[in-house]
Amino acid sequence: MTEVVEAGPSLRGARLRLSAALWRRPWLKAAGLLALPVLAFLVVYVGSLAALFVSSFWQVDAFTGKVVHDWTLDNFSTIIHDSVYRQIILRTILMAAAVTLTDAVLAFPLAFFMARIAPRRLRLVLFVLVLLPLWSSYLVRIYSWRLILAKNGALNWALNSIGLPDAGLAYTNTAMWIVFSYVWLPFMILPVYAALERIPQNYLEASGDLGARGWRTFRSVILPLALPGVIAGSIFTFSLTLGDFITPALVGGGKHNFIGNVVEEQIGINGNVPFAAALASVPVLVMGIYLVVAKRLGAFEAL
Amino acid sequence: MKNAHRRLLSWGAAALLVGALAAVAAGCGSSGESKSSATTTTGGTPANTPSSIGKGEGKLNLIEWPYYSDPAFAKKFTQQTGCVIQRKDAGSSNQMVALMRAGGGGGGGQWDLVSASGDASLRLIRGGDVKPVNVNLIPSWQNFIPIFKSPAHNTVDGVHYGVSLQWGPNVLLYNNQKVKPGPTQWGALYDSKYKGQITIPNNPIQIADAAFYLMHSNPSLGITDPYELNKTQFDATVKLLKQQRKLVKLYWNYDTDGRAAFANGDVSIGAIWPVDTLALQAKKVPVTEVIPKDGATGWADTWMLAKKAPHPNCAYLWMKYVTTPQVQAQQALIFGETPVNPKACPFMNTIQAGSCAKYHLNEPLNYYNTIKFWKTPIADCGNGKNDCMDYNDWQTAWTQITG
Repeated sequence: MTEVVEAGPSLRGARLRLSAALWRRPWLKAAGLLALPVLAFLVVYVGSLAALFVSSFWQVDAFTGKVVHDWTLDNFSTIIHDSVYRQIILRTILMAAAVTLTDAVLAFPLAFFMARIAPRRLRLVLFVLVLLPLWSSYLVRIYSWRLILAKNGALNWALNSIGLPDAGLAYTNTAMWIVFSYVWLPFMILPVYAALERIPQNYLEASGDLGARGWRTFRSVILPLALPGVIAGSIFTFSLTLGDFITPALVGGGKHNFIGNVVEEQIGINGNVPFAAALASVPVLVMGIYLVVAKRLGAFEAL
Repeated sequence: MKNAHRRLLSWGAAALLVGALAAVAAGCGSSGESKSSATTTTGGTPANTPSSIGKGEGKLNLIEWPYYSDPAFAKKFTQQTGCVIQRKDAGSSNQMVALMRAGGGGGGGQWDLVSASGDASLRLIRGGDVKPVNVNLIPSWQNFIPIFKSPAHNTVDGVHYGVSLQWGPNVLLYNNQKVKPGPTQWGALYDSKYKGQITIPNNPIQIADAAFYLMHSNPSLGITDPYELNKTQFDATVKLLKQQRKLVKLYWNYDTDGRAAFANGDVSIGAIWPVDTLALQAKKVPVTEVIPKDGATGWADTWMLAKKAPHPNCAYLWMKYVTTPQVQAQQALIFGETPVNPKACPFMNTIQAGSCAKYHLNEPLNYYNTIKFWKTPIADCGNGKNDCMDYNDWQTAWTQITG
């Protein structure tokens, strides 16, 4: 502060003039504040997406493995016409839908209990428990699931000890469904909790005063008000499942490819970035449609 | 007034977006140009290789299979030459290629050498990422087992792009408690008797294993080299692999995943590497390794010189050092692989009695006819017809197979 004073009246004058100019022109202030984040957003976020989309129209020279910058729709036509890619896309979307549904069903009662029933101390404990898995690496948790589901793993050991046969879940679609539902569950619980917590208590009382029983109150008051939260959570679980390649690779046994796996293989093994880019546009498109539908249902009011 | 602000902001945003896209497009264009110029300068002719090894530059940057510069022998190298090694471990051939292609290719001016396996080496040569090596500067090269002097996976038109290092077979491994009697032929991996108990690598080069099996079980297809398949042969192989998918429990990405599946009891028979057999046996998992009578596919690693290697002298010194008999023996026993320099045999036996024979270093030359070494499939496979399926086809088919 003293330094500024010592710098003399000229500097102070400049500061005052700048501040006055900013006061007189609010748009200049806004532009100054937003320039950096907007630039980063456009270059890093939108720019990389644009680069992805542009490169999906290129091709790879099979001999040298280099990218050839000739414009072609071949990559997209392969994706549309080759049944294996249709199957992979369908499998990925169905898995994302199944995981989202499972997480919604699991998260709702827990979030309701946390938001409206649990005393403060218990609520805190539950919060910590919900977030606890996120403190450890995602990879570690997937590997531990592999150990649980393995033939000589914890699950079969527990089943055998009560006289049941092996579950035989290792490297199956069911295994992937379980692991996906597990890893993304916190992302569903938190928005649903936020939505449920915001419902005013007197709405429920009013519903009761008007003669509605528990189920009717749930259906007509709680569910409609919590739905945006569920949809917000479903955006997370759906998009995270749609883009994942680690769980299918580690838990799925390599037999059930997802969009993410094929993208990873095309880049990692084949060096075919254009085809990978074309395939990576599919989840972008699917999420775009999903978000439009979610917006119609008012999901963004709960974010 | 408010509307005016908004319009201004949106115009500003639009201008920024256009600028960003232009920058991206410019970036793409320039990187594309530099790449294509890199291709044209790598010719088939023996380019200017050094005639002697100069003084070391004090540094050596390696892309390697984990611990290919194990301190057990690398320390002495640094003491002798003053070249300090910085290593980057790669988990797969594809990661190696990706690392070499990063930063504009040719090792990006960062990496000196890469320990590429045969399924990566031709890709690096064709992509212009590695440069010719003067093998006369590597004295041990003269002593190599003949097939490793100029193998097809690292020598093109008589030009060497590196020196061979070590090799190993892809072996048939089974749990000897669960699989009785033990299998003796590759056919076991296609036998519905073992449904749900099989693991094989998740790698397009695995198509060659099926072709190798068909080469012996179905001679009418006329397969002579499992990496050179015409359309008919390729389709027959892919058909076999699609049937095999129903039997496979796990396509392993990293050999450690396959290893874990054996240890956890998820699989009891599969194709894997000798290093995994050693690791599983050390953990008392009851597994037995077989190299069937017909032979096997195998991998051979090469230290390849990056096109933009910043420390070429240290790189040559390293190639010279790791091919000497003593170091060859040390490395072979650390990884469970076989040296390319047969003079390593007595040194291996000194470290571990009988290991020279155990790792097949004392086999007669015709033994190597039974091992088909990994090489990247290309269309021009030497029959003059240019009708072989290339690596792109292999990759596409592999996606179809694994679904």
